[in-house]
Amino acid sequence: MANLIIAELEKSSLKSSVRQLITAANKLQGDNHLLLIGYQIGDALAQAKQLPGIKKILVVDNPALGDESPEKTTEIVLSIATNYSHILTPASAFGKNFLPRVAARLDMTQISDVIAIQDATHFSRPIYAGSLIADIEVTESIIPLTIRISAFDAVMGDEDNQAEITHLALPDLPQLSQRIALQLHESSRPNLDSAKIVVSGGRGLGSEENFHQLLEPLADKLSAALGASRAAVDLGYAPNDYQVGQTGKIIAPQLYIAVGISGAIQHLAGMKNSKCIVAINKDPDAAIFSIADYSLVGDLNEVVPELTSKL
Amino acid sequence: MKILVPVKRVLDYNIKPRAKSDGSGVELSGLKMAMNPFDEIALEEAVRLKEKNVATEVIAVSCGQVSSQDILRTALALGADRAILIETDYDLEPLAVAKCLAKLIDKEQPNLVICGKQAIDDDSNQTGQILAALLGWSQATFASKIEVTQDHLDVTREIDGGLETVHVSLPSVVTTDLRLNEPRFATLPNIMKAKKKPLETISAQSLQIDIAPRIRVLKVREPDPRPAGIKVDSVDTLIEKLKTDAKVIG
Ligand SMILES: Cc1cc2nc3c(=O)[nH]c(=O)nc-3n(C[C@H](O)[C@H](O)[C@H](O)COP(=O)(O)OP(=O)(O)OC[C@H]3O[C@@H](n4cnc5c(N)ncnc54)[C@H](O)[C@@H]3O)c2cc1C
Ligand SMILES: Nc1ncnc2c1ncn2[C@@H]1O[C@H](COP(=O)(O)O)[C@@H](O)[C@H]1O
Repeated sequence: MANLIIAELEKSSLKSSVRQLITAANKLQGDNHLLLIGYQIGDALAQAKQLPGIKKILVVDNPALGDESPEKTTEIVLSIATNYSHILTPASAFGKNFLPRVAARLDMTQISDVIAIQDATHFSRPIYAGSLIADIEVTESIIPLTIRISAFDAVMGDEDNQAEITHLALPDLPQLSQRIALQLHESSRPNLDSAKIVVSGGRGLGSEENFHQLLEPLADKLSAALGASRAAVDLGYAPNDYQVGQTGKIIAPQLYIAVGISGAIQHLAGMKNSKCIVAINKDPDAAIFSIADYSLVGDLNEVVPELTSKL
Repeated sequence: MKILVPVKRVLDYNIKPRAKSDGSGVELSGLKMAMNPFDEIALEEAVRLKEKNVATEVIAVSCGQVSSQDILRTALALGADRAILIETDYDLEPLAVAKCLAKLIDKEQPNLVICGKQAIDDDSNQTGQILAALLGWSQATFASKIEVTQDHLDVTREIDGGLETVHVSLPSVVTTDLRLNEPRFATLPNIMKAKKKPLETISAQSLQIDIAPRIRVLKVREPDPRPAGIKVDSVDTLIEKLKTDAKVIG
């Protein structure tokens, strides 16, 4: 049996997470098929043809699919789902939104946030904000999986994969919901999910102005993405999708610089697998220091400008 | 409008969980349990809709062991009108919870279900979406704002990259994100009053659905620890270390 990978798109292009999904799928058995759903997604299709390890590309390109509705995505996936042993999609807001619907309609159990695949029936996933790992076995005939992207390496390289391309017929689509507004923050910074370096701020920054005045120049110098703790987001220092943690983004950059963040377990859940962690905090007993590679005890109002100027 | 709020009893979020020494599960005995924080937010939203006379009745439901009665009492103290325990000794997976809830919904006929986006123990983030699919209802996950119009909801959702507003038909399942509201605390008079509110128990068995586990947990373990780090005494040393030891900056 084959594996179905459902790619996430961003403005008609493929998100880079598709490459981690392929690595994950390669740990299973059988061919990998890629499903692209959206409207005017020619760019994504062109990119898909260059991905290593894809045998077949399934496309549904239709004006009815411009708004990423979970109810519609579900119907499309269901129209082909029973041909597959595994269905993989990212554990992002996109994947979490529709895959449980697919699983429910198939009467199968979904495995969320998979961080390791031993074989076609054995998986590992974090529980309790990553404080514990569960090693599990599932033997159902179709296994829907959301994949924690930061736990898998991207497949490298571009090649003409000669994949067979099939345009799927549009199934009957329910009209249960409709997007009426979309506010995305435009930013020239790298994406938080895929950035190599992340500068993240917490309540210690003290104000929205300070958050931006101190952290942006540092992030600029390092070509880094900006992140935040829940407290910083709740206080309005940063937008909601900057939140790193159990219930926000879960990332593993090369370098994570935590500024004025205490290190609550829910925050650590989102960044503790970063390759190198730097923590700047005035409290020598802050929990963040327990997982930092480099701990600097000091007042962020002095340390951060000094760091920025010396880089 | 009748609102159903599913609430789960979980380990208090301040407590660091440990694996049982034989790896068979999570050590919970003797530890403080509480209502899942996202469900407190869901309940608060439902109660506010009732206070605004948009909702007529708020029902809190939990699926699990008898011990879950304590969080249902809390839900009643926070403003739910009545509570229902769907009792079972199984550790229910999201699909099983959703099937229990769907059965109850057949009987209770609510127009809206507000649940948490994720239970902070299993971190599945599935139950609301599964329930919506089983019922054929619309869904609006990760809500940070809910506005009720006649037979629709406008829900603002926290998504990657920003916010999305969806217009969904009722009946619907909404799941809550952290910034939807700040839940109230139960006051002593309300805790006393809650003791008189109805709390009904239904056995899960009587619903005649298959709720047996489908996932076999082979082992629960601690993640590999990170190697210990070092303290640096100045910004200069920090930059030096990042360049020459960690090699993460140029
Ligand atoms: C259900 C649930 C889900 C949650 N999900 C998340 C999540 O996804 N992500 C998340 O981050 N949190 C999450 N939390 C919240 C989490 O428990 C903490 O409350 C939060 O992470 C604290 O943020 P903070 O570290 O910025 O603030 P605080 O804990 O207040 O820490 C501020 C730190 O700044 C330091 N500081 C202050 N001034 C200075 C200065 N001048 N110089 C240097 N240091 C200074 C202080 O010493 C302190 O350590 C969640 C909580 C719950 C209940
Ligand atoms: N045993 C349960 N009883 C009642 N509600 C539950 C239960 N498990 C999950 N839920 C609801 O479903 C939401 C998401 O849980 P989960 O899919 O397990 O992450 C929770 O926030 C609750 O609202």
